[in-house]
Amino acid sequence: MHPLLRALFGTKLNAALTLLMLATFAWALPPLFRWLLSDAVWQAENRTACTAAGTGACWAFIRARFALFFYGLYPVPERWRADLGLLLLAVVGAGALFARRGRGWWLAALVTLVPLAGGILLAGGILGLKPVPTPQWGGLLLNVVISFVAMAGAIPLGILLAFGRRSAYPVIRWISVAMIEFWRGVPLLTILFMGLILLPLFLPQGVTVDNLVRALIVMTLFNAAYMAETIRGGLQGVPRGQAEAAAALGLHPAQVQLLIVLPQALRLSIPGIVNIAVDLFKDTTLVSIVGLFDLMGVVNQSMKDPAWLGLAAEGYTFAAIVFFFACLVISLGGSLLERRFAVAHRR
Amino acid sequence: MQTLKDLLRRGALAAIAGGIAALFAGNVALAQLAPPPGPTVEAIKRRGTLNCGIDTGVPGFAAQDASGTWKGIDIDYCRALAVAILGDASKSKYTPTTAAARFTVLQSGEIDVLIRDSTLTFTRSTALGLDQVAVNFYAGQGFLVRKALGVSKAADLQGATICTVTGATLELNIADFARSTGARIGTLLFDKAEEAIAAMEAGRCDGYTDDSGSLAGMRSTLKVPADWMVLPELISKEPLGIHIRSGDPRWQKIVFWLDTMLKSAEEFGVTQANADQMKSSKDPFVLRLIGVEGDFGKMLGLDNDFFLRAVKTVGNYGEMYDRHFGPNALDLPRGLNNLWNKGGMHYTLPLR
Repeated sequence: MHPLLRALFGTKLNAALTLLMLATFAWALPPLFRWLLSDAVWQAENRTACTAAGTGACWAFIRARFALFFYGLYPVPERWRADLGLLLLAVVGAGALFARRGRGWWLAALVTLVPLAGGILLAGGILGLKPVPTPQWGGLLLNVVISFVAMAGAIPLGILLAFGRRSAYPVIRWISVAMIEFWRGVPLLTILFMGLILLPLFLPQGVTVDNLVRALIVMTLFNAAYMAETIRGGLQGVPRGQAEAAAALGLHPAQVQLLIVLPQALRLSIPGIVNIAVDLFKDTTLVSIVGLFDLMGVVNQSMKDPAWLGLAAEGYTFAAIVFFFACLVISLGGSLLERRFAVAHRR
Repeated sequence: MQTLKDLLRRGALAAIAGGIAALFAGNVALAQLAPPPGPTVEAIKRRGTLNCGIDTGVPGFAAQDASGTWKGIDIDYCRALAVAILGDASKSKYTPTTAAARFTVLQSGEIDVLIRDSTLTFTRSTALGLDQVAVNFYAGQGFLVRKALGVSKAADLQGATICTVTGATLELNIADFARSTGARIGTLLFDKAEEAIAAMEAGRCDGYTDDSGSLAGMRSTLKVPADWMVLPELISKEPLGIHIRSGDPRWQKIVFWLDTMLKSAEEFGVTQANADQMKSSKDPFVLRLIGVEGDFGKMLGLDNDFFLRAVKTVGNYGEMYDRHFGPNALDLPRGLNNLWNKGGMHYTLPLR
């Protein structure tokens, strides 16, 4: 008997469970398939063509608003700038993952060149680029921008907080503990609402802080707290002998931490960091609640267009698919990183 | 300490400057008939854009079409204001605001005006320190129910379960209504209207309640709209309108009279298409409306053509309603939103 068959039908209980599952699939999958694909409407001017009896999903709705889902209100003639920015991020990100040599340079580019060039490209206003104010940024572009900035800010800040929490100086230790516990102890949504509603009341009349900037600061600080705890776990996982050996070789305490302990700690923290990155990417959808139009915001908004009213199922299905694949890319990148470092470890 | 001293010195300087300005102001006001348009309009002109607070998305009032352009009756009001003040409707900048943040955003000065299907109420006027300038849409809470239920008025809903969304006053209104009529009406709460509608179609409740403006849109999204009916009566008054910050009476007058004129234009037959030809009209009201006579624009601190520009951009109130709620759009009968002489509520103040 084939091992697979034995696993499925080996015992009476297993056989019964297998048959039950098959029956469930047979019952649930065909209607899902019909709705998703065979009965779906791909071409339509508006929702009237989708409301005929027996029609499935109205993908024409997604097609009509496809560009909006990715760019939001970013002006059409300027969208190449967003494309170029994302391409730059993808190339440098891939470089940092795959490069055999000079990985340090790729990483340096990722945290300096990409934010700088990306910021110039997206915001414009210099080098002859037309300025695009942040309320016009939207769609998946906004999710990527927020996750990247928050991640790029949270890692260094998290490292500082992690060291701070292990510091021998009580003042530094307590400040770090207070920061970490405050940001971990308050729900992200609460902080976003506070930034949106309370902040304007404290600022003098007429002084406003960009909505996106508020969201970026909140997301960065919030994730820095989680990052700090993940990295602290990594620091604890580095054998004490490493630091002692380095000290015995005559390295300065700062050199011991930066050159010996931190690199090993970061390698140990990779799964945790990737976990935070995936969480963060999904959490960016919360900004739709404070009036920013990320992918979820645009999906919610699109259902209110009188021409496409009430197509919630299609909108949410589409968003789920996009988010699934985006998170898959992050996870795959993370596991690749993990494997490559593990190889170095075994040597 | 240094900064405190600085502040005091600056305060003293400002007080002196203010005193001098006040001395002259009396003379100036007497000397010229056209007053300045007030700080809000001055700020708008300096900035070059009108900051308009709108909804994040509600059919007919504010929603983005497939090209990302905002459309809706609230949007048309923003455009009318922008073209009246700045001469260019595209200078209207939209800030989508959530229900929780809308009034804070207005108070903080991020927006000049809030046109966001918001009900004008006592507490919003007093406790929040806002001016409620005009009603641009008379709505009320209504019911969408299954026809098979066999009810013809809301009081018949005894024992029924109604789906609705949390957070708004909808649930409170049902409770008040049930208390006043003695009917027992159960509610089933959802976070989003789409969920509530889905639950209703699945038979978890007998109907759905929301603002009358939204109900029409919702009914058209149902699988079999003919199985459902909107009950004729409304259980609450929801006059939706325009909010501004208190403290700038000139701005208040401009917004108020622009709204009045948009409705008057319908009454006097001035439309987007015929506005220019109307200059040869014999009706003094029409001539004042489009700025041929009477210097009304100047008296508001604008120019006399301001309304002509507005009506040529967005049309009169009736045209706006038809565009977003008419038979080719959400198909919501005019009802209370008709002119007073056609059975509605819009009875505008006379232009004289």
